[in-house]
Amino acid sequence: MRDLRDETIPQNGSGVNRRDFLRGSGAAVAVTALATSEQGAVAQDAKKSVRTAEPQDITLNVNGKDHKVKVENRVTLLDTLRDDLNLTGCKDVCDTTNCGACTVLIDGKVTYACTRLAVECVGKKVVTVESLAANDPVVAGFVKHDALQCGFCTPGFVMATKAFCDKNPGATLDQVRKGLGGNICRCGTYVGITACAMELVKKGGK
Amino acid sequence: MRSFEYARPETEGEALELLSEHGGNTAVLAGGTDLMNLLKRDVIQPDRVVDIKNVSSWRGIKRHEDGVLIGANVTLDEINEHAISADYRSLIDVIDGIRAIQITAHGTVAGDLCQLPHCWYFRNGYGLLAMKDGESLVATGDNRYHAILGNSGPAKFVSASRFAPPAIAWDAKVRIVTRRPANVEHVSNVLPANAKKTEHVENVLHEEWLPLEYFFLTPKTNGQGVTVLKPGQVITHLWLPAASDTRSATYEVLELNGLDQPQASAACCLGLDGGIVRHAKIVLGHVAPTPWIAHEAAKWLVGQQLTSDIAETAGRMAVSKATPLSHNDYKVQMAQTAVKRALLKATNQLGEVL
Repeated sequence: MRDLRDETIPQNGSGVNRRDFLRGSGAAVAVTALATSEQGAVAQDAKKSVRTAEPQDITLNVNGKDHKVKVENRVTLLDTLRDDLNLTGCKDVCDTTNCGACTVLIDGKVTYACTRLAVECVGKKVVTVESLAANDPVVAGFVKHDALQCGFCTPGFVMATKAFCDKNPGATLDQVRKGLGGNICRCGTYVGITACAMELVKKGGK
Repeated sequence: MRSFEYARPETEGEALELLSEHGGNTAVLAGGTDLMNLLKRDVIQPDRVVDIKNVSSWRGIKRHEDGVLIGANVTLDEINEHAISADYRSLIDVIDGIRAIQITAHGTVAGDLCQLPHCWYFRNGYGLLAMKDGESLVATGDNRYHAILGNSGPAKFVSASRFAPPAIAWDAKVRIVTRRPANVEHVSNVLPANAKKTEHVENVLHEEWLPLEYFFLTPKTNGQGVTVLKPGQVITHLWLPAASDTRSATYEVLELNGLDQPQASAACCLGLDGGIVRHAKIVLGHVAPTPWIAHEAAKWLVGQQLTSDIAETAGRMAVSKATPLSHNDYKVQMAQTAVKRALLKATNQLGEVL
């Protein structure tokens, strides 16, 4: 199995206008039509990118370090982080994209780790709450504003707050509330969390 | 989750080939918001999951003279941050209502269009028609979130897509492609305006530009799906006609201010001339097994000065044929008000009535 990280992404599809696009689709048709004469080769190319259902070794870059793990395709990033890499900051709560306790960053984008396959993350940079130092502005802000009670939702909330504040300096209270709407706290510590986020966005997000 | 093969193609041809194998018992993975939940609940059991995120020709938003082309891999954040967001306000209204940055960062419009119904009987394994021992579980059970229109047949779920109502109101088209055996005549019957018809090619690619309003189906039997997509087929692009002076808005009735499916929604596109409606299209969401186009109400609006009273009447007309089930008559009022508020929102009058 080739390592998907090493694959380069062809850029030939970008920058075309619509007519070219439509012509391009025609071209794609022609190309595939041409390829029928060597269908075996095409089939093999497509086949090469298929991972069978059996457990296989993959390399995940988490918090700047490469980790080798053996996983099946059906294993989520959340389960891999918690069960294989012992990074238990992200929590398995709803497992259905509702609560946000599993929030991590993938290539800088805020993500529910429960709805990401581990194999999808090969070649990407995963960042979990464990990467944040105690003096990280978000972590320090949570402490300062007493933004947690039982703490179970906190790692997810910290990652979501970090992602939101980095991206939205100067956001209003309404925008903060909306931006963090993908996370739920059963203790009801929203007041502290929004206060922390408001302070961060006022400072320019970082 | 059951086990499956996983593939990450980089070209359209490769993706279609991968999707067509296993008799088409394959699933498309983009943002994963809906697919992962379906897999976890065992609602679908594909032999292979095809991750399309690396298909480069399905990325990007491209503006053209007569419209905008949005690739299937474009995320909601990318649309929100793009200059087109100023023109297609009704799409942005929906993104605004999705209060989870985790979803807007990864979710796609094409993925939303292909969502399967959230009907709890369906999600718990009773099939789209939710039948048990020959009886409809919906008709006799808890149907508070089910259809109030188009529900006379066995299908009583509501269409899950949040972007379909505004996109249909914009007369959007979707590009559907599939791989099929060579030497079959290429059909490309509905192309966007000015597009050249693709010539007959001995091809393995079948391409179709379908108006989005014909994309959704109401299944009559358990074997039928909720869209025209056949095994191995995929939406690759969404086409929106040029916005020009058309105003648009979507109003979603959300039960909570957090992550939630709307209980009813309405989207509209309006052409105005001195306050008089010159053309109108109104589409309701989450009220019927498909997005529901309110033809009569939209037709009646033409020639009217759009006031609060006129918008209210249009709302009433849009739901006049509603046939609520035992526990969801409350949705009739919601849908009616959603239409009124969408019309007022599109004409910047909503603040005056709320």
